[in-house]
Amino acid sequence: MQRFSPRAPQPATTMNTPQYPSAYASKKKRTEQIVFFLFRLLSGAVALSLLGILGFIIVKGFSVLSWDFLTLPPTDGMTSGGILPAIVGTLCLMAGSACFAFPIGIMSGIYMNEYARKGKLVRFIRMMTNNLAGIPSIVFGLFGMALFVNYLSFGDSILAGSLTLGLLALPIVIRTTEEALKDIPDAYREGSLALGATKAQTIWHVILPMAMPRVITGLILSLGRVSGETAPILFTCAAYFLPKLPESLFDQCMALPYHLYVVSTSGTDLEAQQPIAYGTALVLIIIVLLINLLANSLRKYFSNKIKTK
Amino acid sequence: MSKLDVKNVNFYYGDFHALKNIDMQVEEKNVVAFIGPSGCGKSTFLRLLNRMNDLIPGARLTGEIRIDGENIYDRSVRIDNLRKNVGMVFQRPNPFPKSIFENVAYGLRVNGIKDKDFIESRVEETLRGAALWDEVKDKLKKSAFALSGGQQQRLCIARAMAVSPSILLMDEPASALDPISTGKVEELICDLSNKTTIIIVTHNMQQAARVSSKTAFFYMGELIEFNDTKRLFTNPEKQTTQNYITGRFG
Ligand SMILES: Nc1ncnc2c1ncn2[C@@H]1O[C@H](COP(=O)(O)OP(=O)(O)OP(=O)(O)O)[C@@H](O)[C@H]1O
Ligand SMILES: [Mg+2]
Repeated sequence: MQRFSPRAPQPATTMNTPQYPSAYASKKKRTEQIVFFLFRLLSGAVALSLLGILGFIIVKGFSVLSWDFLTLPPTDGMTSGGILPAIVGTLCLMAGSACFAFPIGIMSGIYMNEYARKGKLVRFIRMMTNNLAGIPSIVFGLFGMALFVNYLSFGDSILAGSLTLGLLALPIVIRTTEEALKDIPDAYREGSLALGATKAQTIWHVILPMAMPRVITGLILSLGRVSGETAPILFTCAAYFLPKLPESLFDQCMALPYHLYVVSTSGTDLEAQQPIAYGTALVLIIIVLLINLLANSLRKYFSNKIKTK
Repeated sequence: MSKLDVKNVNFYYGDFHALKNIDMQVEEKNVVAFIGPSGCGKSTFLRLLNRMNDLIPGARLTGEIRIDGENIYDRSVRIDNLRKNVGMVFQRPNPFPKSIFENVAYGLRVNGIKDKDFIESRVEETLRGAALWDEVKDKLKKSAFALSGGQQQRLCIARAMAVSPSILLMDEPASALDPISTGKVEELICDLSNKTTIIIVTHNMQQAARVSSKTAFFYMGELIEFNDTKRLFTNPEKQTTQNYITGRFG
């Protein structure tokens, strides 16, 4: 069978639309209304419960928020004072794990999608990355302790904690980078290669900028995850109480989620510590929200750049 | 010496024998049209000429393809240089998500040209050459995506011409365009043939007759007939060609 003129004129379709019985039409409309109502109800419920959680933390935590709370270390057996060391610690850990996971993750994603032959090895690596993403974070903590703290003798330190958290973030970054690249049509790769661009130039100048908004989404997701994790830093970095700010990568540090855990479960006076716990939770949420805002504007910036540059 | 000299080329996608014993010689500054039923191997052959098929896993080539006497599948050939010399325009317009200016400048930049003034003048020159300058000169910084399909395709032609290829491959460049845009692209092909050898795949036999001086008819992976366009359409040598161009196929 040969089809040698794919653009042969198509037979004209009838232009007059058939008349449906009106009872059918109104039934269809009613069903549609009901379904829409259900959807709206469900989305409303989800939004409300999110708002509820947020509102609860804000109401409980807002009264504790003050300049002193943000800029002082805990005092009086953690029953008063601020949480500055925990804020600084969490920021350090986020930055550290980003330094480790972002470049390696993005490069692996690029390698897997653009360079590696689509064979068994890539499928195996992909499967492992997926599995990695599903491993409970406490296991990462254990592994981090064995490898970074003990074997590489970094000790309990920001370095060991960052690397452990980075391992946790890595699969997220790799996956989203790979997915983002996979969605860029080959037409763009061929268009660039056909002009004499090398593969690296093609990726760097055409493909990566197009994938950037989605890559950034992945980075942010991973940062959000990192900032809230307690288990991976439990045996690798986190200090129970350390009012002094960290001075080097080999110092221990406090961290917001761990501090939250500590003030809610142990200490000298749980009653007095409770507001501090809510304040800590609020600060953690605010940090994550700020990162999301930053990411959104970055994403907009890159989308606009794609459209106009 | 012919511009393009193809000797006994066979090409396989894995086990599938897609091109069989192709021989073809094309002289400089000719426009050659490839016609033939869908799936006969026109695109496959076209993409061999700038080694675009290198990207396909399991693909295999035997025989020789020489451009200006040099075997382009030789180990010593740098693919980026080859592709700079053998430009390509695709079926669907595929401008980059960059500005109109940057689209045309891209080929120059990736080939290491940094001189701003040169790039600017070259962009203008090629956009004029692609009969697009007057339409876009006030919005060079705007996204290429904001252009119409026909304008995008002419932009892609300009983009390909900016690096001064000596051969331009076009795979059904007008099939996604309306008649007016198609007319403009065809005019463009005639203009460009003053300085470039052009090979164009088309399903539209009138188009082949309008723009080309020679036409090649492919059928099931074989080059059935390669002749002067006039000759091939009025008095073909092979019965298969006759059947195809008269629409009686079988
Ligand atoms: N990447 C590929 N892998 C395997 N087979 C392929 C591949 N690309 C094309 N083919 C096969 O090779 C044959 C020739 O394909 P080709 O795209 O060259 O046809 P064509 O003449 O350009 O057709 P059309 O007019 O529809 O564009 C077809 O049978 C097709 O199925
Ligand atoms: Mg084709």
